[in-house]
Amino acid sequence: MPKENQLIKFTKRGIYCPQGKFYLDPWYPVEYAIISHGHADHARRGMKRYLCTDDSKPILKHRLGADIKIESIPYNKILNINGVNVSFHPAGHVIGSAQIKLEHKGYVVVFSGDYKTQPDFITTPFEPIKCHTFITESTFGLPIYHWKKEEELQSQLQSWVKANQSNGRTSVFLGYSLGKAQRLMSLLDSCDDIYVHRAIHNLNLAISESGLKLPQAKLWSADLNKKTLQNKIIIAPPALLGSRMLKRVPNSATAICSGWMQIRGNRRWQAVDAGFVVSDHADWNGLISAVKATEAEQVYVTHGSQAVFSKYLNEIGIKANELKTEYGDEALAKAEKEDVENKKIV
Amino acid sequence: MKQFSDLISAVELTNKTNAKIEALADYFRTAPDKDKLWLIALFTGKRPSRPVKTTLMKEWCMELTELPEWLFLESYSTVGDLGETLALLLPNPTHKLDLSLNEWMTELKVLKTKTDEEKKAFVLEAWSGLDQQERLIFNKLIGGSFRIGVSKKTLVNALAKLTGIDTNRLMHSITGHWDVDSISFEELINGTHINYDNSKPYPFCLAYALEKQLHELGEAEDWFVEQKWDGIRGQIVKRNNEIYIWSRGEELVTKQFPELVGAISNFQDDFVIDGEILAMKDNDVLLFNDLQKRLNRKNVTKKLLEEVPIGFYAYDLLELNGDDLRDYPFKERRKHLEQIFSSTALPEDVKLSFLVNFEEWEDLYAIRNNSRAINSEGLMLKQKKSPYHTGRKKGDWWKWKVDPLTIDAVMIYAQKGSGRRSSKYTDYTFAVKKDNALVTVAKAYSGLTDKEITEISQWVNKNAIEKFGPVRTVKPELVFEIAFEGIALSNRHKSGVALRFPRIARWRRDKPVDEIDTIETVKALILSC
Repeated sequence: MPKENQLIKFTKRGIYCPQGKFYLDPWYPVEYAIISHGHADHARRGMKRYLCTDDSKPILKHRLGADIKIESIPYNKILNINGVNVSFHPAGHVIGSAQIKLEHKGYVVVFSGDYKTQPDFITTPFEPIKCHTFITESTFGLPIYHWKKEEELQSQLQSWVKANQSNGRTSVFLGYSLGKAQRLMSLLDSCDDIYVHRAIHNLNLAISESGLKLPQAKLWSADLNKKTLQNKIIIAPPALLGSRMLKRVPNSATAICSGWMQIRGNRRWQAVDAGFVVSDHADWNGLISAVKATEAEQVYVTHGSQAVFSKYLNEIGIKANELKTEYGDEALAKAEKEDVENKKIV
Repeated sequence: MKQFSDLISAVELTNKTNAKIEALADYFRTAPDKDKLWLIALFTGKRPSRPVKTTLMKEWCMELTELPEWLFLESYSTVGDLGETLALLLPNPTHKLDLSLNEWMTELKVLKTKTDEEKKAFVLEAWSGLDQQERLIFNKLIGGSFRIGVSKKTLVNALAKLTGIDTNRLMHSITGHWDVDSISFEELINGTHINYDNSKPYPFCLAYALEKQLHELGEAEDWFVEQKWDGIRGQIVKRNNEIYIWSRGEELVTKQFPELVGAISNFQDDFVIDGEILAMKDNDVLLFNDLQKRLNRKNVTKKLLEEVPIGFYAYDLLELNGDDLRDYPFKERRKHLEQIFSSTALPEDVKLSFLVNFEEWEDLYAIRNNSRAINSEGLMLKQKKSPYHTGRKKGDWWKWKVDPLTIDAVMIYAQKGSGRRSSKYTDYTFAVKKDNALVTVAKAYSGLTDKEITEISQWVNKNAIEKFGPVRTVKPELVFEIAFEGIALSNRHKSGVALRFPRIARWRRDKPVDEIDTIETVKALILSC
């Protein structure tokens, strides 16, 4: 087993495996890209070949085009690429999301992509993988971030819907098309009819066609009778905040669903009626327990609170360094906004 | 506390004033009497003094969570509010405490006299028995301020909606002298403890910005012209030996300006005077920035009284010895006002606003341009025949402000705001060129849209040089046009100049950094105005 990790290199195009001759979630076009999940900051256009999980495949094809050259394998199955054993392991982030494990001559690197350690009702739960080098995200890498249990969250969201209904109001939830939308559908499933924005609807269709079962949701189209929507639930991408389409819904209450809503300043910044703490990422304890569970001797910290989280890891005796990447919530929000504006929709 | 906590959640989330008023009115309809009184007390600054030091609360939280101090501080600078930071860091509650607002406040009053050990036991017990939102409120009850977007005015509007009582009267009632223990809610809002007949103000007469040429206003001789002093508009009410000062925001600010009360008590007549509250020293009007140091203070210290003395310029007379003069022509009202000021041994701090001497409209241009030198915002033009209108009315009064001065400067530091702005970098420091380096010229917080602030915040996140702490040094790259009302030489500032009321006029995305102003061109503005 090599003493030092020779398996990965950090390049301008992204994280590269020289032995395997492939990149992990590269941000510039390359020959061969292994993709952790379907979000726009991780799965980008222009790669000659893609490899992802079976569950991510319909999402990538939907987002990046049916003509992309793409292969997929199920979770936990090992594929040998130029002598490197590559496998995907559930990351609990969004449907199809995976940590990517590389193994070569006994040396193991795990790239987390984005992950969430707490189980929800819809994604395959996160599984910690032992490794020598762990590359972790740090979106919510501060001890102020603690998520509620899924059941608690569910009753919180559902009572908000009920309160709105008692005032004759339609409940509008804003969350990313991939991940947050399906998660909200699962949380609100038993509540009332759910209508989703076309971006979400099309993605749902793509996911369902590949055989995955999603909670029921109807298309929210502009020509729906206004009465139909009264007291119901609408789920839309955050890019729609302030849009004409949303303003046309009579008597509605709007909630933003995001981990950032943990902080009052963030809740108050947006002119909405409610902010719910619903995140696809690990909270502080989640990040720490995930890192510890890998037993990695070297940790690289990517997008989010890199500086804080890596400093803290070093203080508790885990060797960690910051790693600059092009991933992150802002890149994702920007991409989704452009998609919605161009009607090219996720 | 649940009820109070729900109220806070409801009012802090919405930015619709009506929704806030509705939530408050709902609380007043259903909460226990004492809780209602406490709510009013807390939102009008009648908070008991802090029983536990913040440093101790921080220490106990770090002990409980086993977090290093730097990480605590990093969390604090992300959240922007200490009470909230504590609430978010602490472990989940282990049990449920259910006390009313009044019970908590009563406990906190007693706590002040206890030892630190006893205080610690009490606070830790509370923390472990309250959920996140209740814990935040508990921390806020101990100290700090409730910045949740409920002004006294919103509170008063909610009470008015509930009771139908006149808002100014309610404002006087709740800001008057009262104490939770010795009054009932009914008594408070009915004002049994005040005499409203003595304090009742009039609605202010407001002017529009001049939108035509001067000669289109008619004959110059039909108009009075005054300086438009840059302070806060105020109404001084003196009736039956009682004195009240109302601000234009319909707040009673009497206690903030004790020197004005002292000066006014020298006058013989009863009256209601409209005028401008100003920071004034040795007959000179000071900067609005100076005046700000005196605003919204619970206690006015002796030091502050000396540093920033307050004066008043009287513009108009609305009532004299019980007679309402508002329908008199301004010329008449002015005559009576002059009489009041001539018949008294005049105190220094309260002055008659002087009329600008001019014959032709053209004379006013030079006078207006000189306004800046005496810390005035420009000129006010008032038709001599005009009554004292209610509210804003076009035609009789015009404000004619000087155009602001502007420079192009580059952002060099960014800092997060507070309250609603705590999640974004909203407070910036700007620099201009000096030789081959940069020198700070101004700090500015206002003038950008939320959208621009969001964009700049993201840029700061990416381009900051430091990684820790509340202030970020950024690459000098973003150029802004800074507008300000005046400029003076100053020894206190490294740049050698002080700008008056700087704010961001616009973001100059089109301008590269090497085209920003130099300190020489900035200084040249001093000579030109």
